[in-house]
Amino acid sequence: MSRFRPTDEKQLVDIVAAAVAGEQPLEVVAGGSKRGLGRPLQLPHTLDVTGFSGIRQYEPEELVLTAGAATPLTEIERALTARRQMLAFEPGDWRAPLGSSATDQTLGGVIACNLAGPRRIRQGAARDHFLGVAAVSGRGEAFKAGGRVVKNVTGYDLCKLLAGSYGTLAVMTEVTVKVLPAPEATRSVVFVGLDDARAVAAMIHGLNSSHELSGAAHLPKVDGRARTALRVEGPAPSVEARSAALCGELKQFGAADILGDADSVKLWTAVRNVDPLAAGGRAIWRVSLAPTGAPAFLAAVRGALDIDYILDWGGGLVWLAVQGAQDGGAGPIRAALGGRGNATLVRAPLALRAAVPIFEPLPPAVAALTARVKDSFDPKRILNRGRLYPDM
Amino acid sequence: MLMPEPDAAVIARRSAIATDLRRLCAAPDAVIESESERRPYESDGLTAYHALPLLVVLPSTTDEVSRVLAYCHDNALKVVPRGAGTSLSGGALPLEDGIIVGLSKFNRVLEIDFDNRCAVVQPGVTNLGITNAVQHAGFYYAPDPSSQIACSIGGNVAENSGGVHCLKYGLTTNNVLGIEMVLMDGTVLRLGGKHLDRSGYDLLGVMVGSEGLLGVVTEVTVRLLRKPTTARAMLVGFPSNESAGACVAAIIGAGIIPGGMEMMDKPAIRAVEDFVHAGYPLDVEALLIVELDGPPAEVDHLIGRVEQIARQCSAVSVRVSNSEEERLVFWAGRKAAFPAVGRISPDYYCVDPTIPRAKLPDVLKHMAELSKKYGLRVANVFHAGDGNLHPLILYDANKPGELERTEQFGADILKYCVEVGGCLSGEHGIGVEKRDLMGTTFNETDLEQQQRVKCAFDPDGLLNPGKMFPQLHRCAELSRLHVHHGQVRFPDLPRF
Ligand SMILES: Cc1cc2nc3c(=O)[nH]c(=O)nc-3n(C[C@H](O)[C@H](O)[C@H](O)COP(=O)(O)OP(=O)(O)OC[C@H]3O[C@@H](n4cnc5c(N)ncnc54)[C@H](O)[C@@H]3O)c2cc1C
Repeated sequence: MSRFRPTDEKQLVDIVAAAVAGEQPLEVVAGGSKRGLGRPLQLPHTLDVTGFSGIRQYEPEELVLTAGAATPLTEIERALTARRQMLAFEPGDWRAPLGSSATDQTLGGVIACNLAGPRRIRQGAARDHFLGVAAVSGRGEAFKAGGRVVKNVTGYDLCKLLAGSYGTLAVMTEVTVKVLPAPEATRSVVFVGLDDARAVAAMIHGLNSSHELSGAAHLPKVDGRARTALRVEGPAPSVEARSAALCGELKQFGAADILGDADSVKLWTAVRNVDPLAAGGRAIWRVSLAPTGAPAFLAAVRGALDIDYILDWGGGLVWLAVQGAQDGGAGPIRAALGGRGNATLVRAPLALRAAVPIFEPLPPAVAALTARVKDSFDPKRILNRGRLYPDM
Repeated sequence: MLMPEPDAAVIARRSAIATDLRRLCAAPDAVIESESERRPYESDGLTAYHALPLLVVLPSTTDEVSRVLAYCHDNALKVVPRGAGTSLSGGALPLEDGIIVGLSKFNRVLEIDFDNRCAVVQPGVTNLGITNAVQHAGFYYAPDPSSQIACSIGGNVAENSGGVHCLKYGLTTNNVLGIEMVLMDGTVLRLGGKHLDRSGYDLLGVMVGSEGLLGVVTEVTVRLLRKPTTARAMLVGFPSNESAGACVAAIIGAGIIPGGMEMMDKPAIRAVEDFVHAGYPLDVEALLIVELDGPPAEVDHLIGRVEQIARQCSAVSVRVSNSEEERLVFWAGRKAAFPAVGRISPDYYCVDPTIPRAKLPDVLKHMAELSKKYGLRVANVFHAGDGNLHPLILYDANKPGELERTEQFGADILKYCVEVGGCLSGEHGIGVEKRDLMGTTFNETDLEQQQRVKCAFDPDGLLNPGKMFPQLHRCAELSRLHVHHGQVRFPDLPRF
């Protein structure tokens, strides 16, 4: 068991090359905030990449920021806030639900897990903002892909492959992301007491309006009552007009409250960090599906399991907390989904995480291609072997 | 441009292959063999290059595509996928010993799902065809390449095409939720669907922009957006490229992301105004079109702010559209920029770098010098919002040597743009056109890693060979690991 902490690319290349030669898999760790995410690893060595940290270049007018992959997210967000900009994909902080004691998460970690918060419906996920990368592949070779400009089709978009690869393809050392202006003002239009079907209907109604929602979530139990929230962001006169118009256009769903900036931030931070489900030791699932499918999916799951849940992305993201099921609910959840989306087990006791597929099992042809892609970067399966799928 | 040497033995088997392929496709006209009927396929939007394909196959179903590809795979025949043939980088350029698989029969909109804000379409549907199918309900498909009446959504996926609205609404890659595709060996895969997040590697993400080298797309699920309630455009004239560039930076610096922000330099303004009479000012050095879209309250508010910023950046004229007709007139000039330039010159050649916006004045100055050096005129249109520059080089293909000089000029522009931190292509792709310039951006290791990904999809290198990569390597050679067991040790680094 050793732990390596390279501080420059040359050292990193040497470590990975040696690991390749000795066929010694490495666990890649930066902040460590998401070690509890994905299949549990028991690898002989740890590769600590916290040496690759710090903002290298930030040009607000160009809407791009380049930083060491292990730069703490708070450092990034501090720099962006000072220029009234943001990471528009609004990555959640899952340290609480994951029970992590890490001091922070890192930009590279957020990208490697392709996180995205409520604004996903309007601005996309980490993948959509990931412009360029310098990395060391599982072959022990330093390479780069993408670039430093917001629009680039030069060569394959390898950034997309690295986003969401959970560190299984390459060790990122430096990343460039697109940043966007932070909204001047935020309002949330909140309806009370809707059941799942009505809530999803209300969110679809809002999302299909012309009011450019940047969030649509349903929390079935806040102080005992269901809340359905629609978020608008933009210049002050715009959010005033749009939130008022939304109340009118959706009056069939009852009278709505309008939350101002501070209450909105509180609400959407809770949604993005999955706060309502964090307590207790229940298994937590993250399910991505077509929004209209959410009510039937929930009904089916509820028939089989004891659950709490929240909906984000207008119904397209279901968070489930499952009590007591032996497989954490994997069987009923995946059966209810029927392949029309995917379910990821985000939190569970170690034994359960080792026992059930954490990530949605892939159809055979996709699994075969996935393995070939893995091997194209990491033929000896050195990097985070087993994090996504067994043996891979 | 050097393409792989055609295999004479394959060409000699043309009619036998045609006979085999006819058995794989139901439609009687699915295989095109006669020279005159193959002729229309000899080039794409990069008309300087042409080659007659061995054969053209127009399958009608995914099953047929799968069978055709499996047949080609088993017989080691090269394949070039083709949508509408509007690629400006030669991505769909045929090979004399290769088969064109055309997707033109895949022209149906399969499903419109407003509640999930998406549509499922076949790859041969035109970009504008999608919007046309949904606009009755107030929706549209956001990426809008200027070629949108002609280009296919399959081609858009392959090229990751953009348009004038992509700073705010994203490129193709940000607007595609799922695809069905066929690998070179005939395997059919579905990636994504109507849901937003996919699990596992983002194979769809790497398919978008892969220029027909990784697989043939047979179905696409795209995101639909609600049309903004209002859109107003502003025409802003500037005394210099510098002041126009500064204004763009100031608008974005102020936290405003316009729906569209386009710039034209003086030669482009003049060509366009002579052609469409859009009322563009002729006494300015640079013209910006800024479009604000969204709810009326927001648009009115932002128009005021942009106007203020423009004045501070020494704008000499500002006009704001007051009706939908006027807005369209403002755009008519920009949208006709390519044909307008085509009118004042026998031929033109479009270059496609993206640059850091701050470098615009610098790049334009350098370009003016190059223009003198090569004795060729150039007009610039610029997706100013995202920094994607389209210099249009004016030339005459009938003058001996002028095309070569033009290409050299274009290459020099691209090299300079890369030097200042930009990239070779913002939206048109590498294809054959910029293939040999890939080395300006990527070193051998970078390119080898890209080609290894290609090997994962198409190990025999049969799909669209000769495009994107300056040098073709065999997959076996690329996958070799250069390590010597036992000789490489973990380096002497502090361990914990
Ligand atoms: C006047 C003009 C203006 C243009 N303006 C813009 C613009 O504003 N923005 C922009 O981004 N582009 C623009 N383009 C470029 C071009 O229209 C786009 O690249 C378009 O996406 C190509 O689509 P197509 O259907 O014509 O594809 P084709 O030219 O037929 O093919 C392009 C590439 O895609 C591959 N391909 C096509 N279909 C498939 C499929 N189903 N599966 C796999 N691979 C496939 C081909 O092999 C080829 O490599 C313009 C072109 C012209 C001529």
